Amino acid sequence: MTTTTSTLEMGPVYVPQTRRRVLGIVFLGVAALIWLFFLRGVDPALETTMRLYPGGSKVVIDDWVFNTQNMLWLLAAGCAAVGGFQLVRGFGRRTSLAFALVGGMFVFAFLAWAASGGQLNLGGMLRIMLVRSVPLTLGALSGMLCERAGVFNIAIEGMMLTAAMVGTIVGSVSNLWIGLLGAVLAGGLLGLIHAVISIKYKTDQIISGTVINIFAVGITSFVSGKFMQPMPQFNDPGIFVPYEIPLLGQIPFLGPILFRNNLFVYSMIFFVVFLTFMFFRTRWGLRLRSVGEHPKAADTLGVNVIRTRYMAVILGGMMAGFAGAYFTLGSVGKFDQVMTAGRGFIALAAMIFGNYMPFGAMIAGLLFGFSDSLAASLALLRVKIPSEFLLMTPYLVTMLVLAGVVGRAQLPAAGGKPYEKE
Amino acid sequence: MSDTKTEARDAKPSAIGVFFDELRGSSLLIPILAIVSGLLLGGLIVAVSSKDFYEVWSTSPLQAIGNGLKAAWESYVTLFAGAFGNPSKMAAAFQSGDALIIRRAFNPFFESLVKSVPYMFAGLAVALGFRAGVFNIGVEGQIFMGGIFSVWVGYTFKGLPPIIHIPFAFLAGALGGALWGFIPGLLKAKTGGHEVINTIMMNYIAYRLTDWLLREPMKRPGSTNPISPIIEDSAKLPQFFQDPIRFHLGFFIALAVAVLVYWFLFKTTWGFNLRTVGANPRAARYAGMNIVTGTIMAMSLSGALAGMAGANELLGVNHNLSQSFSPGYGFDSIALALLGRTHPVGVILSSLLFGFLRNGAVRMQASAGIPIDIISVMQAFILAFIAAPAIVRTIYRLKEPKKAEAELRVRGWGGS
Repeated sequence: MTTTTSTLEMGPVYVPQTRRRVLGIVFLGVAALIWLFFLRGVDPALETTMRLYPGGSKVVIDDWVFNTQNMLWLLAAGCAAVGGFQLVRGFGRRTSLAFALVGGMFVFAFLAWAASGGQLNLGGMLRIMLVRSVPLTLGALSGMLCERAGVFNIAIEGMMLTAAMVGTIVGSVSNLWIGLLGAVLAGGLLGLIHAVISIKYKTDQIISGTVINIFAVGITSFVSGKFMQPMPQFNDPGIFVPYEIPLLGQIPFLGPILFRNNLFVYSMIFFVVFLTFMFFRTRWGLRLRSVGEHPKAADTLGVNVIRTRYMAVILGGMMAGFAGAYFTLGSVGKFDQVMTAGRGFIALAAMIFGNYMPFGAMIAGLLFGFSDSLAASLALLRVKIPSEFLLMTPYLVTMLVLAGVVGRAQLPAAGGKPYEKE
Repeated sequence: MSDTKTEARDAKPSAIGVFFDELRGSSLLIPILAIVSGLLLGGLIVAVSSKDFYEVWSTSPLQAIGNGLKAAWESYVTLFAGAFGNPSKMAAAFQSGDALIIRRAFNPFFESLVKSVPYMFAGLAVALGFRAGVFNIGVEGQIFMGGIFSVWVGYTFKGLPPIIHIPFAFLAGALGGALWGFIPGLLKAKTGGHEVINTIMMNYIAYRLTDWLLREPMKRPGSTNPISPIIEDSAKLPQFFQDPIRFHLGFFIALAVAVLVYWFLFKTTWGFNLRTVGANPRAARYAGMNIVTGTIMAMSLSGALAGMAGANELLGVNHNLSQSFSPGYGFDSIALALLGRTHPVGVILSSLLFGFLRNGAVRMQASAGIPIDIISVMQAFILAFIAAPAIVRTIYRLKEPKKAEAELRVRGWGGS
């Protein structure tokens, strides 16, 4: 294998027989679940109303009303069909897509069931999904920058948390933009520490990341307890307000969802496009990836492996810092202890699910963002499920996705190994 | 170079010189220096964050440094008094001859021992995982599951004699933790989903589950707070002294379990297999060991040990389940397991250290207003120095070790 091969052009994905069958059975199981839990108890006359109103728009679209039972039959049949095909033929390299499709149908069935006889604001939900996906996608990009260069980064959580706090304090004493800069620099500093421990001292990268995570929890709780709680003036940075893009923001339905957001959402889309270009269309990206795939070959060709890795991890840290700033400057406008609540690890799962591609990571981020928004949206409905279980969904989805996907993700070949120059 | 060496050898070595040479070559030096450096850096943070420091800094930096050092020194004195007790108080207590006063004077010391017991179980859990090549960050969630199971057994079954009820509740806790370790173990072995991510997800699921249980099915009747009923007296681990000393049987159970873990890891074939899977999975597979079973068993056992930590806390100290019964024992245990070189004896020693630190820090928080989270910061430093001995060696200008140091490696996302 040469280092110049783009990951995009690698051969067909090999899906083992047993995994194919297991997935097929899982898909059929999902169909059975829809029938068992949602379909049986539903009154045939009930209707579900999906409101398509994301808020703020002048153009109003009619609500989407459908018969709950018919829709559930349709979805169960859809899952069964995908499962059957998977069992018999298999989707090959489109297995992820099938997985996502079945997942989507199951979730929609759940929503249709939960909102039966009532209404659910689908537009609002999509909006929350997009917003909640921001830290996950940006975190995944951070992980990607590091791991494409061959350094595992499980410290995204700690970097985000620290950056969220630093951004808040700096933003409180100066202004939002300087606060954002502070957050990015704080993330970059932790990235530098991760790089020094894991590249220079060749410590196991996962342990090095754990060091940063423990440190981040300790220092943020310490500073927050010592300074931010007694002195609230240090915990009041304000937030980046949404900015409506002229014309585009007036598109019915999609306009308010996509084009009426704050800095972080637009930046996420920008970075996804930008990094895709940088990774796969520039010399910089080729070198970065070669260092992650085959550092010795890269070194032979004159790429400075150590320096490239340092740069990648520091940039990754800065990206995580930017993601961390979202929690405070882009969302609630104040810092709480351990407010990232495992999002850094979910971001890692999003990165793996997205197969180390920026666009893939964004799709995965949207998926996790959606599961995150479930609890918020369904709390308003009279669902028979305790809210605690809804709050579990992002974590459960992460585990399920990892189980279904991880064996097939094409991770950089030299990931996790310190480079020893001979 | 070689001349001076032989000269030095011919000269009669002084006792202190021998001592230091031995110390330098021993594997104890790095942990000790790591602890010392961690404490120093923690003190630095306390100094810099003290009001006397940053308010005086702009007018007279020198005085500010003095103030900061004073603040750090005072808080460490408080920490030690909080961890070991106050000697003058102890002496006065003996003079007074009143049993209650004596117990109060010695309470800090015993409370530190009480605090170190969950660390022992949790540290053994992480250590066992590391030995088998899995990184269990889910100890915190497993502690919660252990707590839930043991408390449920503790208050549901009535009229059992303690000799049956205590082991029953304790083992139920172990079972709860084992279940929470089994799931990520299974996922890792069968699908390659990395245990670091999965165990952390399981932590959050355990928190939410606890929230729900305490809000609905396990809520204490008639209480407005989210707490469980108090366990039966027959399920409480016996305490050795009267109030206020809470020192209980769990301490000795922990020591016994540590011996058991040592025996299992180093004296049985199963333990050998686990360690081989951890040290070199390829060699293990070549030797015909079953890696799938090994991984699942390691995670389940690790979870069981963590579950015992939860059971120990609830049966020995708290006696009812609440959301805040574990102040992060599970996360602290990662640092202490590595500090103890993932060996049961080392884990016991570093658990004692962490127990005394945490108990002292509680006092420090109460009297000096220093958030207890400073402990986590110190742990991060200690962990960094333990994991990267080269840093310690650079700081203290030590020689390279003669033997290669055992390196800790965690397998990546790729599965194998």
